[in-house]
Amino acid sequence: MTSLPQHRTAKKLGLVIDLDVCVGCHACVISCKEWNTGAYGNALSDQHPYGEDVSGTFLNRVHSFEVVPEGGQVIGEAGDARVVHFPKSCLHCEDAPCVTVCPTGASYKRAEDGIVLVDEDTCIGCGLCAWSCAYGAREMDLAAGVMKKCTLCVDRIYNETLQQEDRVPSCVRTCPANARHYGDLGDPASDVSVMVAERGGFDLMPEQETRPTNKYLPPRPRTSLASAAPMIPLAENTEGARGFFAWLDKTLDRI
Amino acid sequence: MHPAYSIIIFTTLSGLGYGLAVILGLGFLDPSALPTKIAYLTALALIGMGLLSSLLHLGNPQRAWRALSQWRSSWLSREGVMAIATFVPLVLSAALCLFADRYDTVLGLISVLGALVTVYSTSMIYASLKTVDSWHTHLTPLCFLLFSLAGGLLLGSLFASFDAQRGLPLQLLALLFLLFALVAKMVWRKRARTLIATSTPESATGLGSIGKVRLLERPHALDNYLTREMGFRVARKHASKLWLIAFVSGAILPIIALLIAMSIGESVVSIALLAIAILLHLLGVFVERWLFFAEAKHAVMNYY
Repeated sequence: MTSLPQHRTAKKLGLVIDLDVCVGCHACVISCKEWNTGAYGNALSDQHPYGEDVSGTFLNRVHSFEVVPEGGQVIGEAGDARVVHFPKSCLHCEDAPCVTVCPTGASYKRAEDGIVLVDEDTCIGCGLCAWSCAYGAREMDLAAGVMKKCTLCVDRIYNETLQQEDRVPSCVRTCPANARHYGDLGDPASDVSVMVAERGGFDLMPEQETRPTNKYLPPRPRTSLASAAPMIPLAENTEGARGFFAWLDKTLDRI
Repeated sequence: MHPAYSIIIFTTLSGLGYGLAVILGLGFLDPSALPTKIAYLTALALIGMGLLSSLLHLGNPQRAWRALSQWRSSWLSREGVMAIATFVPLVLSAALCLFADRYDTVLGLISVLGALVTVYSTSMIYASLKTVDSWHTHLTPLCFLLFSLAGGLLLGSLFASFDAQRGLPLQLLALLFLLFALVAKMVWRKRARTLIATSTPESATGLGSIGKVRLLERPHALDNYLTREMGFRVARKHASKLWLIAFVSGAILPIIALLIAMSIGESVVSIALLAIAILLHLLGVFVERWLFFAEAKHAVMNYY
């Protein structure tokens, strides 16, 4: 059934991505591909992996944007422009258009936790769900002819054969900078909900009226290098030297 | 958006076929005449070819039957259901005409309704997508319906051209609907050219509060499914020429051909003119449909 759950799901499992912390290392991209190519559903195929025209299916990709404030200058570290690394995967929207457009019922949103999934045995590969998604969260696998998307690692988060700390999406587990957080965004007391409230987490493209579950935390205000400079002690300053170094300082001064 | 030939051929041919089915269903043509029998077969062939072509772009066409299940929410599913449902009255009407020289009003009107709802459903697949601004308007179904009816009337007037009494009203209606279709498409295009995009790189990244957002580095060096499917770009200079071809070939030349055919009256020349008008119209609609996809900008490209 491709209609959305009748009532809004109480549990809303999703991700919170901290744009202030992400360093753009693409580790989440690779760990996602690695886990998901051997797990839920068909493998994530590559086309011409060793040829000139390499392409493949990924469920998570990292874009890098440059943001320039109005009137700001783009001159390296000293300018006002800043680079923001931007990981993007399925946002598990509450009003997911990819679910309602599906003609076969393959695309569905789970009532119990809000995860949006594709039943790959009934997907006909028409591609309409990818057209309806403003976020580019769905990619057709050209080898299998079915639509692939982030499953929120549904085969990890409930997997009792894994250690407790591994029962989170692969991208979250692997992020070396701790820029990705996983939790229940339907519970206002959860760590992720508190984080969103404190940091002013936001939705992507709210005007598309999809009510995404995943939230993004904005980069913190930037302190320019110039304003940080006076805080750095001067190299010539020997004040506070003690013991042998105080003696050496005095002796060298006398010479 | 990537202009897939399977979808362009499907919407063009089935649109024309359903247009002709409407004319047949309304009883414009004499059921005892041979051209009417050929018209029924033509309508069925056009619709059938269109539907088969639409299966070609599926990743798993052997499961296409599953697409009939989600008519409650999906316009694509509704289209599939309606297309198959419309075959029933249409095939029955065709059989009545072919074997009994008869036209049944009830069957005819049911197939008219089915044909119109099917074309409407096809157009709503596109018009319901909020992600493509130029499609997301009521003008999209209006254009699809008017093009379908104009084509059907044009094809109908060819099959009726052997019968002066029935031919003239169809030719006049064809003229009228070609004009309607032309005007509707021009309004559609003006809207598409002047609209302000719903989403921007700033809203897509949520970084608009900091400043202007520009892509610094793509996630990957080469194309992926998304950039191939949603990122199709057509050179602007070609687009304006193609629009001219679409308008001239799709509506203006057929209108001129119709006017000449009407002034000549019943003759071999007028039949030939109408046949040429249909081919020109098909070419025009084909180019129009190509541009419909090729020029459409998808919201996901705000990330690329």
